[in-house]
Amino acid sequence: MTAETNVEERIQETLKSNPVVLYMKGTPQFPQCGFSGRAVQILQACDTEFASVDVLADQEVREGIKRHANWPTIPQLYVNGELVGGSDIMMELYQKGELQQILAGTKG
Amino acid sequence: MVTPQDIKGWIEAGLEGAQVEIEGDGHHFDAVIVCPAFAGKSMLEQHKMVYEALGDKMKAEIHALSMKTMAPE
Repeated sequence: MTAETNVEERIQETLKSNPVVLYMKGTPQFPQCGFSGRAVQILQACDTEFASVDVLADQEVREGIKRHANWPTIPQLYVNGELVGGSDIMMELYQKGELQQILAGTKG
Repeated sequence: MVTPQDIKGWIEAGLEGAQVEIEGDGHHFDAVIVCPAFAGKSMLEQHKMVYEALGDKMKAEIHALSMKTMAPE
């Protein structure tokens, strides 16, 4: 098995196990990039639980997640396995009230 | 160092009819992109089209690009 298929499998496993996943730089407590920090704040404002993956801690995932969605930047928000977008899209959806609706579909 | 004009040029070259307003300091850029091809597309698809227009430049030269995309009124 190549490293590339291996990391793609790990990503799919993460997305399958968690309804809301934020791939980010750093952690929710200590974001290492302004865009990732903003993404965390938006999710917290939506009062939603989410899993986070620190791409700075794993170079394979950092490249793998960009390939996975054909999306070249971090952060990336996934809901029910689907890419919602980066922090710009999250902010726009949040301001329209649509992100809250998307996330409401994941709560027990 | 990449200038806002560089990025404007790359996006306009890759997206026919795109009008780009952009400012930035060489590291972080803020762009507003209006393009007829965005009509009927989701925000996700619109942003993907911009990333495709920028291609490998997104990986190398451009550290951070914030954007707002829309079709012309």
